[in-house]
Amino acid sequence: MAIQTSINGKAVTLSAEPDTPLLWVIREELGLTGTKFGCGVAACGACTVHVDGEPARSCSVPVSDVAGKSITTIEGLKSADGTLHAVQKAWIAAQVPQCGYCQSGQIMAAVALIEKTGRPSDAQIDAAMTNLCRCGTYPRIRKAIRTATGQAAQAVEGAV
Amino acid sequence: MTDTPTPDSAPEAPFKRKGVKRRAFLIGGVAIVGAGLFGISIADRNAAKDAKARITGEGEHSFATWLKISEDDAITIYSPHTDIGQGSNTGLAQMLAEELDAAWDQVRVVSAPAEPSFANVGLGRGFIADMSGQPAIINGIPQSFLSFIARQMNLQITGGSTALRFTGQVTFQKVGAATRLALIETAAKRLNVPVGELTTQDSRVIHAKSSQSLRYGELAAQAATLSLDNEPKLKDPAQYRLMRQSIQRLDIPGKVDGTAQYGMDFAIPDMRVATIQAAPVRGGKLTSVDTAIALAIKGVEKVIKLDDAVAVVAKGYWPAISGLRALAPSFSDGGHAGISTASIFKAHDALIAKGEADGEAGEGDVQAGLGNKPIEAKYQVPFLHHAMMEPFALTAQYKDGKLDIWGGMQDPLATKMMAVEVSGLDADNVTFHPMIIGGSFGRRLPMYMEIVSQVTQLAMQLPYPVKLIWSREEEVAQGAYRPQSSALLSAALTDKKRIAAYRNDYAQPESAEDETVFPYTLPAVSRRHFAHVSNQNTGAWRSVNSTQQGFYNESFMDELAHAAGEDPVIFRRNHLKADSRHLRVLDEVAARSGWNTPLPAGRGRGVALVESFKTIVAMVVEASVGEDGMPKLHKVTTVVDAGSIVNPDAAMAQIEGGTIMGLSSAIGEAITLEKGKVQQSNLSDYLLLNMAQSPLVQDIHFLNSGAPMGGIGEPGVPPAAPALANALFAATGKRIRNLPIMTQAKG
Repeated sequence: MAIQTSINGKAVTLSAEPDTPLLWVIREELGLTGTKFGCGVAACGACTVHVDGEPARSCSVPVSDVAGKSITTIEGLKSADGTLHAVQKAWIAAQVPQCGYCQSGQIMAAVALIEKTGRPSDAQIDAAMTNLCRCGTYPRIRKAIRTATGQAAQAVEGAV
Repeated sequence: MTDTPTPDSAPEAPFKRKGVKRRAFLIGGVAIVGAGLFGISIADRNAAKDAKARITGEGEHSFATWLKISEDDAITIYSPHTDIGQGSNTGLAQMLAEELDAAWDQVRVVSAPAEPSFANVGLGRGFIADMSGQPAIINGIPQSFLSFIARQMNLQITGGSTALRFTGQVTFQKVGAATRLALIETAAKRLNVPVGELTTQDSRVIHAKSSQSLRYGELAAQAATLSLDNEPKLKDPAQYRLMRQSIQRLDIPGKVDGTAQYGMDFAIPDMRVATIQAAPVRGGKLTSVDTAIALAIKGVEKVIKLDDAVAVVAKGYWPAISGLRALAPSFSDGGHAGISTASIFKAHDALIAKGEADGEAGEGDVQAGLGNKPIEAKYQVPFLHHAMMEPFALTAQYKDGKLDIWGGMQDPLATKMMAVEVSGLDADNVTFHPMIIGGSFGRRLPMYMEIVSQVTQLAMQLPYPVKLIWSREEEVAQGAYRPQSSALLSAALTDKKRIAAYRNDYAQPESAEDETVFPYTLPAVSRRHFAHVSNQNTGAWRSVNSTQQGFYNESFMDELAHAAGEDPVIFRRNHLKADSRHLRVLDEVAARSGWNTPLPAGRGRGVALVESFKTIVAMVVEASVGEDGMPKLHKVTTVVDAGSIVNPDAAMAQIEGGTIMGLSSAIGEAITLEKGKVQQSNLSDYLLLNMAQSPLVQDIHFLNSGAPMGGIGEPGVPPAAPALANALFAATGKRIRNLPIMTQAKG
């Protein structure tokens, strides 16, 4: 049973079995490997993509659930002329990634947060950014989100 | 081989070194081979010739193995290290390009081929020069490979925070400087001017007097025919323009747009995907499995039985893991079903109580100093999992008598040698292709990565390439953990609030002596190792033994300060040498953290001071206990003396991340065993710190004392756990002697 959906603005017909997690369809059928496999149980967030604009942990979303929906992966963040998204630029400016493996998911989660909140507070960042990073890049992720949204780079304890 | 005698042990004479002979031998082995072969002459001409043949094409010229200059001015640096995100390749390039006076925008770094001609000779030299520092990662090299070292010294390992301080300083700066001299010499001949009138800048040799200049690219062919100066003079740091600068890391752009290709991402035509389950009780064997149920799943092609594991090969990962989960394999327990976390701690206690140490180091008469009523405390820490974000994934293809393997490993050359051993093929027919690594922290050393053998075995019997992926569940259950370890600390105080004697009796598989630096000057101190091995695989976990030893010593120092009724910073000061680097680092962290300033009710500050890999780090954690009983981290102040720093921002990132990893392990991480089997299953029950739980403020300072360069990838980790535990004691009066803290918070 073919599933129709849209990936990064392009209509696609998928041939995967309906119970296949979206992650493996994106990676193996579509060859978009920027979205990562980390845990398979939605605990780490390395596989985060947007489904109709909402962040989703694609390792735990059966592909049948996204029929007719619009999916954006890390490869779809750049504009058509190749210009990086403001959040990606902020990630480079803050030199966020270390091993980099979780960063596609972190960036997708951050973009969704910023689209929803505009200028997220530290509490909103804490609540939304639950993706894991073993290299411990959290301070720089926070810094990049703050600078991408026109806030002072440095968080200050007790500030509202 | 030369006949240079083997250095017997580390140079420090006052310490008795019992039970560390194996390591001393290994290091000695390296020393035998290494003597006289170092420097940029790179061991032998055959290796240089082989290296040149492997990397140079038309219009490209090789210099001292590690550097290639193309006639179009492109500069390629071949790194024998694996950049796992610690920024070592960027740092190595800064060091070489600095001395070469290269134009930075024309420099790129690639992984050196996993071939003996690219063995990291400078790393071996670094080990010897720094013998008491960090030889433990040598234990991560397979046995067969050790003899290989003894013959040819083929090192390509990354670990021990060694890339910049050993490879960078011993080899790369010299390669850059010597190549620059060869380019100048070539230019002098061509322009017919004295060498002394020439300068270099941005990949050009310049003759200011005649306003002429020549590009490195147009000098390279002739310069490459000259023999290079073995000990070129290096730049005065005052002239640096690349080193000591926060240059942006070269690998980062590909890590923000999804284009960086990790081992997990590799694909070639016809490739199948496999996944695997090994005996859940480590040491067990596969006894039986009914394969039909997996083969009935659409997309599954084969079920392959290995000695101690079963693998499912399919068209993709989903059918493969679905097939594996459908199986009900039977495994033996290897006689290990009686092993549990509790049984290991019990065995530790018994060994320490018996008092027959396997190794001892220290000085003074500790027994007399301890007297009849020493202060005693028992500490325990669990196995820790590396939990790097990318699970294991290696792809292998056996075709036309040749085996190719792709993926990310901390030691590409040893990986190749392991595949040679498993496949039975000649080394010439096996190639390992290094890829980007999604985290490692000591986990991706081939000696304790069964996946190298597994994927080789699968590929040798399959007519198509196969990517073997370990599920996260397999990854957690089959780790090469930091060992579960116990320590009984004892000390006696004089009436002047000074330590009279101090003993650290610890039980775990290996001696921690090589990583332990006890910075305090005491009349009598003893460290005794009691060897205990379980059925688990244990390995190097970021900063190796420094995490548990740092936790033991710095927590107990806090207990002693409390017993003496003295402030923890002052108590430590009183046991440090005046004018020492340690004292300066400690004073600096006290000043910067506002150690003596008042805190809101319920909060406490804790301090810890740990040296590892020749870098001294002092940390002050400000913490309280939340309503849920969990530690709340308000602020961390850190002062680091690594001697000097190549890339300040990249170094900062390592200390930030290392601190979080140390705090994470202290708060929530534990691998526990029941009936010989790991109880944790995934990142849902092996709990890593997330953003909300991490300290909002990290205030980090580098002292750059000018002492010999220390490591930077690991030293941020060890002080975090004791500083946090000491802070919680200050806040609550409750001493934490067992990790993780969460287990106790929840009762």
